[in-house]
Amino acid sequence: MTPPPDNPLLDLRDRFPCLDQTVHGKPLTYLDTAATALKPTCVIESLAHHYRLVSANIHRGVHTLSERATADFERARTTVQTHLNAAHSHEIIFTSGTTDSINLVAQSYGQLAIGAGDEILITEMEHHSNIVPWQLLRERSGAVLRVAPMLDNGDLDRDAFRAALNARTRLVAVTAVSNALGTVNPVAELTREAHAAGAVVLVDAAQALPLQAMDVQALDCDFLAFSGHKVFGPTGIGVLYGKNDLLKAMPPVKGGGDMILSVTFDQTTYNELPHIFEAGTAHIAGAIGLGRALEFVNAVGYPAIEAHESALLDHALTALQAIDGVRLVGTPAQRKGIVSFLVDAIHPHDLGTILDGEGVAIRAGHHCAQPVMAHYGVAATARASFSIYNTRDDVDRLVAAIRAAQEIFA
Amino acid sequence: MNLSDDLYQEIILDHSRHPRRYGCPLDHTHCAEGKNPLCGDEYQVYLTLDDEGVVRDASFEGSGCAISKASTSLMLEQLIGKHHEEVRALFVTFHDMVTNPEADHDATALGKLAAFSGIWKFPSRVKCAILCWHAVRNALDGHTTASTE
Repeated sequence: MTPPPDNPLLDLRDRFPCLDQTVHGKPLTYLDTAATALKPTCVIESLAHHYRLVSANIHRGVHTLSERATADFERARTTVQTHLNAAHSHEIIFTSGTTDSINLVAQSYGQLAIGAGDEILITEMEHHSNIVPWQLLRERSGAVLRVAPMLDNGDLDRDAFRAALNARTRLVAVTAVSNALGTVNPVAELTREAHAAGAVVLVDAAQALPLQAMDVQALDCDFLAFSGHKVFGPTGIGVLYGKNDLLKAMPPVKGGGDMILSVTFDQTTYNELPHIFEAGTAHIAGAIGLGRALEFVNAVGYPAIEAHESALLDHALTALQAIDGVRLVGTPAQRKGIVSFLVDAIHPHDLGTILDGEGVAIRAGHHCAQPVMAHYGVAATARASFSIYNTRDDVDRLVAAIRAAQEIFA
Repeated sequence: MNLSDDLYQEIILDHSRHPRRYGCPLDHTHCAEGKNPLCGDEYQVYLTLDDEGVVRDASFEGSGCAISKASTSLMLEQLIGKHHEEVRALFVTFHDMVTNPEADHDATALGKLAAFSGIWKFPSRVKCAILCWHAVRNALDGHTTASTE
């Protein structure tokens, strides 16, 4: 019997044309999926197909191409709905990305339900786009922004989280997977606890959705945000899921075409959900490409994705810890896809440059999560992140490149 | 591309490991902060100019990558004894060298700073090499903060 292949998804690498190149004469080892994922051919082709053969605007005009574009766009919405197991397709709002989605909630739900003295609870491991919109809301409304701390291993301090919830907590915004550390948060349990305190919950699924199924009804979260480009889709497109009852009550925050039914100078009648939150011409090709990306994810299947990612991560953790002078930043009990680390006497930016010279792309910096860096008393870390197209060879090349950096700095 | 030749030359590694002119002086006439919030690089540069405007002492402290630290260390060594107008002129020459491969820079004026002549091949690292030069210029201009992003 032949041993199982190194990577059961190996043939998937052929679907990602970007992998087929060298960087500084070395084969590309792409370990920066947490920043953005590479795109499979089917997504690239869906964008090209739209622009080449359809191109028309949506929700207006009776001509054939416009109707085709509208059908493709709305089919993408249904694909997202199915992917998240949302009850209604109008609970899926297309945005420009996770940041835009979170800002929409902060502005609209903030205007509806959060006032002076009300509390918003986030966690210490949030990235900037799940911090700053709430600070802006705090400035507008006089609300209080509370932060549930992390433990030193990078897990959420659950006791502190529970203690921070109270009768004034209106909204809890929490990431499902930390973009800096890879920590997996128990969002279903956090949601239960937040609901018990009477708060609504926004889940930032930007890092989670490429790696695990996010069933909004099972999680029972009130809002969920994610970006297309991290889940193999185009940049500039993302999604806000919101529960029907909440979205229905929320005021629009952007005015313009598509979000209205009729306009006079005296009176404007707003459109129905989801269009009321989609003013202006949408990123039509982006939404269609995102739909295609999610179909691709489903074709691969989350069980295969999770098995691959977890085997690769185990290999990476073991291999990195075997290098003298490498220190992991954060050792969460449950981790997905992401490893932050430091190499003794080598600044992460120097490491990033030397690794790039070996064809290995990692992120070096604060990962838009400066409070996480502050927790560990560092300005930056090196971060490797893994996806379905990565192999054990990629991990081994990372390790070899780190050793090469150590030789230069020895 | 060879990183050891183009970027991490022995002199740069040496100055990053053992920065010269490192520390906070008792007195100074000019000082400024050099900060790159995106990298987290953060330095304080101190200059002492005499009545003629000549740099009599220069030192720095702070933290950052090897390139920013070595660049600051090598720069400050060169500034001692220079009139502030010469310092400004050297800034322009250095800036040209690290951003423009075609620049016809004066190798004599740059001295050991020529070690950074290959850095234009690494656009994201140019700001590391130039960070504390901005701080020095700002200090001379009477500003206290320099930032590169």
